[in-house]
Amino acid sequence: MQKEFTSDQHQFRESLTRFMQAKSTPDDVREQMTTEQGYDTKVWQQLCSELGVAGIHIPEQYGGFGFGHIELGIVMEEMGKNLFCGPYLSTSVMSASALIHCASEDAKEALLPDIAMGQSIVTLVMDNLDAPERVGSKIQENSNLITGTANIVVDAAAADSMLVVATSSSGLGLFLVKANDSNVVVTSRESLDPTRKLCEVTFSNASAQKVGDVDLGTLQRVWRDCSVALAHEMIGGAQYLLSSTIEYTKLRVQFGRPIGSFQALKHRCADLLMEVEFARASTYHAARLLDATTTIDGVAETEVYAPHMAKALAADTYSNVARAAVQLRGGIGFTWEDDTHLWFKRAKSSEVFLGTPERHREWMMQLMEGETS
Amino acid sequence: MDHNIIRREVTDWLEQNWSAELSLIEWRNRLVDGGWAAPNWPVENFGRGFSVDETQVVSDVFRNKGVVFASQGGPRRLAAETILIHGNDEQKQRYLRQTLTGENAWCQLFSEPGSGSDLAGSSTKAEKRDGRWIINGQKVWTTSAHHADFGILLARSDWDLPKHQGLSYFLINMRQPGVEVRPLRQMNGHASFNEVFMTDAEVSFDDLLDGEGNGWAVAASTLSFERRGFAQARQTSGVSVERVGRVYDEYEAELAIDNEPYTWYPQRQGRVDLVLDRAKQTGAIASASTRQEIAKLLSMKRASELAAEQAEATRRAGTNEVIPAGSIGKLAASVIARQAAHVHTLISGSEAMLSGEHSAENGMIAETLISVPAISIAGGTDEIQRNIIAERVLGMPKEQRSDTGPFRDIKRNIDS
Ligand SMILES: Cc1cc2nc3c(=O)[nH]c(=O)nc-3n(C[C@H](O)[C@H](O)[C@H](O)COP(=O)(O)OP(=O)(O)OC[C@H]3O[C@@H](n4cnc5c(N)ncnc54)[C@H](O)[C@@H]3O)c2cc1C
Repeated sequence: MQKEFTSDQHQFRESLTRFMQAKSTPDDVREQMTTEQGYDTKVWQQLCSELGVAGIHIPEQYGGFGFGHIELGIVMEEMGKNLFCGPYLSTSVMSASALIHCASEDAKEALLPDIAMGQSIVTLVMDNLDAPERVGSKIQENSNLITGTANIVVDAAAADSMLVVATSSSGLGLFLVKANDSNVVVTSRESLDPTRKLCEVTFSNASAQKVGDVDLGTLQRVWRDCSVALAHEMIGGAQYLLSSTIEYTKLRVQFGRPIGSFQALKHRCADLLMEVEFARASTYHAARLLDATTTIDGVAETEVYAPHMAKALAADTYSNVARAAVQLRGGIGFTWEDDTHLWFKRAKSSEVFLGTPERHREWMMQLMEGETS
Repeated sequence: MDHNIIRREVTDWLEQNWSAELSLIEWRNRLVDGGWAAPNWPVENFGRGFSVDETQVVSDVFRNKGVVFASQGGPRRLAAETILIHGNDEQKQRYLRQTLTGENAWCQLFSEPGSGSDLAGSSTKAEKRDGRWIINGQKVWTTSAHHADFGILLARSDWDLPKHQGLSYFLINMRQPGVEVRPLRQMNGHASFNEVFMTDAEVSFDDLLDGEGNGWAVAASTLSFERRGFAQARQTSGVSVERVGRVYDEYEAELAIDNEPYTWYPQRQGRVDLVLDRAKQTGAIASASTRQEIAKLLSMKRASELAAEQAEATRRAGTNEVIPAGSIGKLAASVIARQAAHVHTLISGSEAMLSGEHSAENGMIAETLISVPAISIAGGTDEIQRNIIAERVLGMPKEQRSDTGPFRDIKRNIDS
């Protein structure tokens, strides 16, 4: 298995870095976070057309570029550094993953190409975001009509369609619902992290088309793919915050010397660097394993717990770095005017999205127990 | 003094004097005249020289009867306690009564853009000109400055002395043309602190506290009062009594203004009070790992209270032991608040992504998560508390200094 990024991957990353630095400055982020949609449609389309990110990991036969979780991770990591505002997580990560793992061939052919082009904004609706085994109790399907509520749905206000995980007579299924259906009510919710738009979505006999069956196993796969992508976003944010914080400690003077010269701060930063490096290595490793097990059929899965380890480490690291980023700036770090809180809130929100670190460690233990028994 | 005697005396006095139909100021002036506004203060300064326990007896009677207390909010208390120790008789007469009646609101003008942890690095200029002090400079993070009538001000009166020696401490009138207050918004959306710009602001010679050049010693007293305040919850006035009458109306109106900057303060302490109930409501209490974290939190909280009580007892016993209560209490408050935020996150799970009045506990959980970072900064950062504990309590060798010699030659931030 590959341990280093290839030169193509490096180049891909560099072009993303350039794009993000130009189009996702803190001023851009602050502007978008006050809007209801939460992102600039033009910038989103430019990103999709110039860099093809929306379908980077979608197989070529469905209109994508056919790369894997490593490339998807590069995109997420670079977005995370700059808090990019766009429907990438909902559409390209969560919805695409649900389709790839759960949808019928016809549905994949029908839906993935538009996602890959960035033309269709799709959000995955699950009535629970804490654990896959809890999904399905609040949304039901009956004769192709969906009823129920999901209280947190990412980007639902911007979505043109929704992929809904619902309980039907034959178990869990994945259903396509048009967002403009009059029986779908989308209500924007105030989110802790204003750069990620959340809605409550209520279906009252909304017409739905079944796109595939879902079982706990496939839902867990979706969950793991998304967790690894999210872990990339988190390590991106953590790296950015740590380096900007270290820069600050070199400039700020108290007691006649830069605060970075105080050992208390040096030690804290050194510890954080170790955390970041561990989280980063684990996240890259998890992406490589996902690629290895999804692209080569029949290979026995190893370290199936790796996605959970990555998500838990990335979440803890991001939160720890974010706390230090505020603390090491002192009063300035607690202001609205300073940008640090934007990352702080993203860190908090991502920490609990798709399971707290505690849950991921619990799943990790369950899988490790299973592997050794 | 025998607690029963105190209880009888204060009860009798209330029979004669307390009426809900008085104006708030009338009532509090009676309290001050009767010596019941601050019984722990010295007899010659409106008090009775009571111990902590004796004062508590008085407070309990007040609370049971639903009697409105003397004013005691945040910076006003800091100012009063500092003036009580460092002020001359004339200053005490001039200011203390109004801090007790609530007629004067105060703010603490210590931190500056260039000096926060390093408060002694203040570069606000105080110069003697035309028979008064003229102040020029900028303060920042000044809580409640937008409501304040007066400020306790640390400023530099001599630039050629070493930094701790060139400071003086003033009582400044905030309601003058040379003082401009601009609100600063915080990451939790509140705007309780401010920037304060002083341009040729004036302070009379009578408002210098404890002599020119003694500013650092005075500021150190204020800071130790402040640290002690962090571990304590804010006192609330009477409960359980029907509160009808003029004095209550005026008191509520005062609280609405006084407390406006502090509505989020309970959240920055971590809202430990909500933890158990929420864990039960959400079912999170069933998780073994969450239970462990809750137990750790509640142990820390209880242990810190016990340690504070013990320190208080030692202090009262009058031994010469060094009591680290202030700094440890402040550091403990940070540690507890952080663990509480962690526990609230575990309990809420994905719901922690939401905020605002439609989220958990009317938004109080979300506000907790984004307010807790303040407690380890305000009133001296965690790092500074640890330095104080290590150097002054534990007696460990002091950090080498790079800020000796005349203040004007010390390295500073470019913009200060
Ligand atoms: C909510 C809130 C309310 C406040 N209210 C008031 C108020 O009413 N009046 C007022 O005067 N001030 C107030 N403050 C200011 C507060 O006291 C300062 O923010 C604090 O002392 C830190 O100073 P600073 O912000 O300049 O940070 P800095 O001093 O620049 O500190 C930056 C970082 O360097 C670290 N550091 C600095 N020196 C050392 C050292 N020697 N060793 C190790 N680490 C070090 C700090 O711990 C911190 O992590 C308030 C602050 C907050 C957050």
